[in-house]
Amino acid sequence: MSNSPQSKHDAVVDELYAEAIHWKINTGEEKIHAKRIPGTWRALKWIASLVWVPFFLVPYLRWDDRQAILFDIPHRQFHLLGVTILPQDFWMLSLLLLFFAILLAVITALAGRVWCGFFCFQTVWTDVFTWVEEKLEGPPQKRIKLDQGALNFTKLRIKVTKHAIWLVVSALTGISFVAWFIDVYQLWADIFSFNLGITAGVTILLFIGGTYGLAGYLREQTCFWLCPYARIQGVMVDNTTAVPTYDFHRGEPRGRVKKGVKDAERTTGDCVDCNQCVAVCPTGVDIRHGQQEGCITCALCIDACDAVMEKLDRPKGLIRYESLDVLNGKEERPLLKRPRVWIYSLVLLFSLAGIGYGMASLDAIEIKVIHSRQPLYVLQSDGSVQNKYVIKVLNKMTEKLDVTITASGIDGIVVVGTDEPVSARKGMVTPRTVFVRIPRENIKTESQPLTFYAEATDSSGTKLKSERISVFIGPK
Amino acid sequence: MADNNPFPGENNTGHIWDDNLRELDNPAPRWWMIAFWASILWVIGYAILYPMIPGLSGFTKGVMGWTQIGEYKEGLDEVEMVRGEFEAKLKGMTAKEILADEGLSSYTVASAKVLFGDNCAACHGAGGQGGPGYPVIADDDWLYGGSVEVLEQTIANGRMGVMPSHAKLLSDEEVDKLATAIMSGNPTAEPLFMSKACFACHGPDGKGMQALGSANLTDSVWRFAEEDQLASVKLTIKHGVNDTSDPMSRNAVMPKFGDRLSKDEIKKLAVYVYKLGGGQ
Repeated sequence: MSNSPQSKHDAVVDELYAEAIHWKINTGEEKIHAKRIPGTWRALKWIASLVWVPFFLVPYLRWDDRQAILFDIPHRQFHLLGVTILPQDFWMLSLLLLFFAILLAVITALAGRVWCGFFCFQTVWTDVFTWVEEKLEGPPQKRIKLDQGALNFTKLRIKVTKHAIWLVVSALTGISFVAWFIDVYQLWADIFSFNLGITAGVTILLFIGGTYGLAGYLREQTCFWLCPYARIQGVMVDNTTAVPTYDFHRGEPRGRVKKGVKDAERTTGDCVDCNQCVAVCPTGVDIRHGQQEGCITCALCIDACDAVMEKLDRPKGLIRYESLDVLNGKEERPLLKRPRVWIYSLVLLFSLAGIGYGMASLDAIEIKVIHSRQPLYVLQSDGSVQNKYVIKVLNKMTEKLDVTITASGIDGIVVVGTDEPVSARKGMVTPRTVFVRIPRENIKTESQPLTFYAEATDSSGTKLKSERISVFIGPK
Repeated sequence: MADNNPFPGENNTGHIWDDNLRELDNPAPRWWMIAFWASILWVIGYAILYPMIPGLSGFTKGVMGWTQIGEYKEGLDEVEMVRGEFEAKLKGMTAKEILADEGLSSYTVASAKVLFGDNCAACHGAGGQGGPGYPVIADDDWLYGGSVEVLEQTIANGRMGVMPSHAKLLSDEEVDKLATAIMSGNPTAEPLFMSKACFACHGPDGKGMQALGSANLTDSVWRFAEEDQLASVKLTIKHGVNDTSDPMSRNAVMPKFGDRLSKDEIKKLAVYVYKLGGGQ
């Protein structure tokens, strides 16, 4: 009787430490040298990496006489092919960010950290850097040996080459990044003539340092300890999310393959404890402990395990994309029955619709009407009432426009100051002061609406229009 | 304590609490030490380059010669560079020529706002809306004319119109009659207008004379607009404007700015006032 509470206590302690045995935190004491093996997921990973090719090449495309895509921050203009986006249209950027945020959420909810495993620049650049490392230094064992070996000419040559290649990739990355913001041909010219501006130069240097340090040295430590998205995406995963999963029902108990033992007589599970899944993991986790913070769901362990299973004539898929629910025998919930899918899709649609509307309604000219408030109105000698407005004409075209201003909405309206069209400078706001006079007898209330219209014809003969409602204020 | 340390060989300080909680004496991580020494180097570099260490008579200036006020002045010079282009153009132009150029008149209106605020707004209001006793300059009614040249003269030389006091010349009844006729907008219908020589200044048609600065009595704008307009008109008729012989006379003086402001400033102000809404 008396030792019953004691045994209960012991059981709790055992359970407490059972997990702690597996609890190894990668804080970078040991450098991860992942093995590279071919496979389906490996191939997919390279294909996914290709999304970064446009990052390097798109700045070289031209549109008319300028860069096709240029985020011209000094002039506060974004050029996207034929479209120029001015700060006035920036609300669309928030929708674009919303779209990508939700896209991240929906994909993570369905298939885990796909962004981390396949598309993230940290993953892709690290992949390229370690590929270079493998080509120069050989497979993991040789690399470790080289690192431990004394410095000799061969080691020096290999290391210098590796770091040189890394730095070149880093430099290209930095230059390509800056090329989205300033003219790329001018940028290269400036670099070779040592004429680079301070902002561009510092940005490139920061990118070189960042790329070299993050992809060359910090690697998976970035995902473990620096990146907030790794953590954010971790909480988006639930039991219905398909992630690379070790089928422990099938695999356990693990046991090494014994020669001469027939499969039928085997008492162990399918896992042969070869540790290949750990060897190939770029973040050094053991997937057999289940989904964990270090797993970027790159699926390279699936390739490794499948290759082993194939050799041993056991069915593939001991590690596979599977949700925890399905693994535990629950039925898979269809996509359409998951509320998160619906909510995310609706937000995606909303943001896409908003951007679509924004792009479709990007007027080439736009007017803003500022009603002068000091004074609100002025009495004229003929008894009429005058209001003063500043019309700000925004011309988003790449040519100068003559914009005609008119106003209507109140009987007997006289508009003064619009005889000459406003010569609106390209890509800028041109103000024009306009006076509106209304006969006293037509002023019914203190404040009446009136509408201003702007019209122009561009060089190709297209009519451009914009209108805006304002108010006319009179005495009580 | 070191003699009976229960956890030897782990480099602890000998401070032990609750049997096993002890303070270790491990070195700080390398990256931390690097950052630590790097920040000290940074401070030294900073102290050499920038003003830093205070003393009894001033402070170290730093070899870069950087000062906050210097940076501010550089910024100011940049602004002046942009303005300079316009200002140089404005110098050689008349007010009328400035008005004909939309870009230049926009610049003038934007840059003369401060001048107007400093010199004019106290009486005429920030938007030219006038004030009690001070005329509206955003409307189209001008005592002396609303062309930009006249505006320039008005600002440079000031104005002081005179209307004689009629306290001894007109009876209260006559003042009433005249005021009522003026309020109706048709002063010439009142025989007193001719017989009492009002026409001499205000013109036979009652529309005033700009050469004298006499008011137009037929339009809808009042020089001395008040809540009780009839009483205001009566007061003006009875006691006149700027008549020193009548202590009740209205006081209406536009001061002379020619000796306070430069020619260019007056030119800009004339353009500004012209653009307030009533320029002619």
